[in-house]
Amino acid sequence: MIEPHLPLIWAGIIGTAVALYVVLDGFDLGIGVLFPFAKDDNERSQMMASIAPFWDGNETWLVMGGVGLLVAFPPAYAVIMPAFYLPVIVMVLALVFRGVAFEFREVGGHKTLWSIAFAAGSTVAGFCQGVILGALIQGIRVERGAFAGGPFDWATPFALVCGLGVVAGYALLGATWLVMKTEGPVAERARAHARLLLVVVLVFMAVVSIWTPLSIPRIFERWFSLPNFFYLSPVPLLTALTAYVGWRALEKNRDTAPFVASIGLFLLGYAGLAISCFPYLVPPSLTIWQTAAAPASQAFMLIGTAILLPLILAYTAYVYWVFRGKVKPGGSYH
Amino acid sequence: MDSVAALDPVMLARLQFAFTISFHIIFPSFTIGLSAYIATLGVMWLATGQERYRRIAQFWTKIFAVSFGMGVVSGIVLSYEFGTNWSRFSVVAGNIVGPLAGYEVLSAFFLEASFLAIMLFGGNRVPRWLHALSAVIVAIGTALSAFWILSANSWMHTPAGHEMRDGVAFPLDWFAIVFNPSFLYRLAHMLNASYLTAGFVVLAVGARYLVANRHDEEARTMLRMALGLLIILAPLQLFLGDQHGLNTLKHQPIKIAAMEAHWDGKEPGDFHIFAWPDEKAEQNRFAISIPRGASLILTHDPNGLFPGLKSVPPQDRPPVKSVFFAFRVMLGIGFFMIGAALFGGLLWWRGTLFRTRWYLWVMSHSWWIGFVAVLAGWIVTESGRQPWIVQGILRTADATSPVLGGALATTLVLFVLVYGVVFSFGIFYINRLINKGPQGSAIEPPKSLGGTLASAGDATREAVAKG
Ligand code: HDD
Ligand code: HEM
Ligand code: HEM
Repeated sequence: MIEPHLPLIWAGIIGTAVALYVVLDGFDLGIGVLFPFAKDDNERSQMMASIAPFWDGNETWLVMGGVGLLVAFPPAYAVIMPAFYLPVIVMVLALVFRGVAFEFREVGGHKTLWSIAFAAGSTVAGFCQGVILGALIQGIRVERGAFAGGPFDWATPFALVCGLGVVAGYALLGATWLVMKTEGPVAERARAHARLLLVVVLVFMAVVSIWTPLSIPRIFERWFSLPNFFYLSPVPLLTALTAYVGWRALEKNRDTAPFVASIGLFLLGYAGLAISCFPYLVPPSLTIWQTAAAPASQAFMLIGTAILLPLILAYTAYVYWVFRGKVKPGGSYH
Repeated sequence: MDSVAALDPVMLARLQFAFTISFHIIFPSFTIGLSAYIATLGVMWLATGQERYRRIAQFWTKIFAVSFGMGVVSGIVLSYEFGTNWSRFSVVAGNIVGPLAGYEVLSAFFLEASFLAIMLFGGNRVPRWLHALSAVIVAIGTALSAFWILSANSWMHTPAGHEMRDGVAFPLDWFAIVFNPSFLYRLAHMLNASYLTAGFVVLAVGARYLVANRHDEEARTMLRMALGLLIILAPLQLFLGDQHGLNTLKHQPIKIAAMEAHWDGKEPGDFHIFAWPDEKAEQNRFAISIPRGASLILTHDPNGLFPGLKSVPPQDRPPVKSVFFAFRVMLGIGFFMIGAALFGGLLWWRGTLFRTRWYLWVMSHSWWIGFVAVLAGWIVTESGRQPWIVQGILRTADATSPVLGGALATTLVLFVLVYGVVFSFGIFYINRLINKGPQGSAIEPPKSLGGTLASAGDATREAVAKG
């Protein structure tokens, strides 16, 4: 019977949705983070044009992550959302600004205003996501199955560092996306930015990787007890290797490899966090088994997912294929 | 801050949710209808090859893109608010509402988002038929989205197919859950409301051009297409609403009592054209009524009886005034729509439609009536369910999150500010697009449709230069 495995399967599905979200919306949020560094409005339009057909689909993975949590682990959803009330609301408001900027900037004029909204919205949304991630790793105060902390529990130095780290990571994804999808000065500048950002991201990854085990004994235990240490040591090694490959690809003026390498970095960092937290969905108290929805609900949804997810991946890939190729300078709405 | 923190969190959570969801529904009610209209235009262009269909489709597609963007971002807010504002609700109803929302994401949202990209930007990158098909798929996606979310919402009004264990709802029969007793009525009434809403916007824009003597050919097409639809759908809405109400009488009689401001179930009900329901005195003031009208509508018998508000204690009654007045606003607009559509049809039949300036003038100022009717309808439905969030299972007051009043008040202010700014600019830009009109897109290269990616833009320019 599949029933006992449902919570694990769902943790996998949601984990995949969040990973897809982080990578996909990551690069288009990153474009927003890089917006202030573009030379003029034409360049910004070119940057935006490179993501215009994709951003809505990318952001839908965020909805999938949130709703997936409600579907498969309602009690966890009911703890996490109130615990991160302020960063969640600020994040969705930031997404409102950057989302409408795509259309408003094109049809309406007030270009500068909506460029600022796009840049600020993207940066704030990324920062909030990082803060939520960091605060989740540190843990939530839960009593009798409900959130029992205060409205600012999430505001720890560690969470704020995670926020900055995610912003830098998104910027890296965005820069390498521009290297791959644009031509001309925008691509050149993105290449320079990407190198700088690669270093910054590595520093953040190192800081977080050292900080977490040192401040949270359960995570120290996970990584540094034997034999775990031997199984898990490839993660940091692979990270270093991926970073090196990305760096070389940037130096050799490759177009696609840097983007692939930064995705690799993200996924490795993500895997590291998953290893640190498993099997907790709400560290340090609620596991994926304790918060699982009714098996009938998880099963009902699994059927739909098994049918629809491959379809979604197929037509998403098709959209990326339709809009393949590079965006030239001046290739924008106006 | 003390006084703010002491604010009632339940009240604030409700206010915030009501504000954000009312803001959201403005856009779906328009985009569901408009996407169907654009899809129709695309198919007609394919079928007839007439350029005006393409011009009109391009024109509305830009407006659609702006509205859809606002719909998407305000919807994302909502999907998180279930947890931030109603975490107890998520625990109690999550097993049921969760999968329905999940199916909405998987079957509708991804579909809409992906094919929207092709619809907006793919004009020069995919074959014509696929471009038209994308519009059709987007239209289907929006209707699918309505299907699932309305199923979830209807379950909250008329729960079925579940059992309660330790205060948590567990699914027993998914078919009974999805097709719960009020669902099909609500789906039909709401989808029709969306088509009406978009229909009146198209009618108003066409009329506006005719009054201003601009874009004559396109305006006539818009007017004919919109009227042809409205003549059928406006009367249909009366029928669907009536059936919906009869069904509600079976399942939520107190909501009906509030809609009719009917206090005493031992007497037949009058239909109050106007009244001021006095909840303290449990009676109506200043009533102008059709005697036994409500009994006639609801029981098809002037002497028929139906439950009154006094049959339940005051704490189990919904807020009567908002339900009562919102219902009258919806009805008023519903009858106005029927009148406007049929009268337009009469003019059309007599061949004077495009010359009857006063009619065109009135219609050009009626673009907003669908939106108001939709909002009023939802206020009837949702306020009428109070004090329950899930009828008979969970009270709204017991559904809230452990979030302090101060945090809620702060974010409520933020929502009002942000939405205020976004909405004002959105309306302003849409109005500007309408002022520009469809011809602009026929002369200049189509910007929104083709011009995103450089190569696409170049191809368009070439095509336009040749053509
Ligand atoms: C009758 C239809 C209807 C109703 C009652 C609702 N929505 Fe909605 N929603 C849509 C019809 C729709 C749509 C037509 O599919 C949208 C609207 C505007 C749009 O442009 O897509 C959409 C967009 C939309 C999105 C963004 C989708 C994306 O990323 O593409 C989310 C997350 C939600 N909605 C969530 C909700 C929630 C949580 C609701 C209730 C509490 C809700 N909607 C009520
Ligand atoms: C989209 C159109 C909708 C509109 C305009 C709307 C409007 C409203 C309004 C005005 C209220 C406040 C009622 C009151 O407090 O007196 C409310 C409450 C609520 N509605 Fe809806 N609603 C809509 C659809 C939905 C849907 C689809 C769902 C769920 C699937 C939903 C779930 C809720 C919940 C959870 C509440 C909270 C209870 C409360 O505030 O009283 N609504 N809605
Ligand atoms: C013309 C006569 C109409 C009648 C008799 C009617 C009847 C009703 C009734 C009884 C309800 C409450 C359902 C319930 O919760 O139990 C309702 C809700 C609603 N109405 Fe109407 N209605 C009419 C016209 C309209 C029009 C013109 C629109 C919009 C264009 C509209 C939009 C809505 C919406 C959005 C709701 C809330 C969703 C729902 O419960 O279906 N209605 N209507």
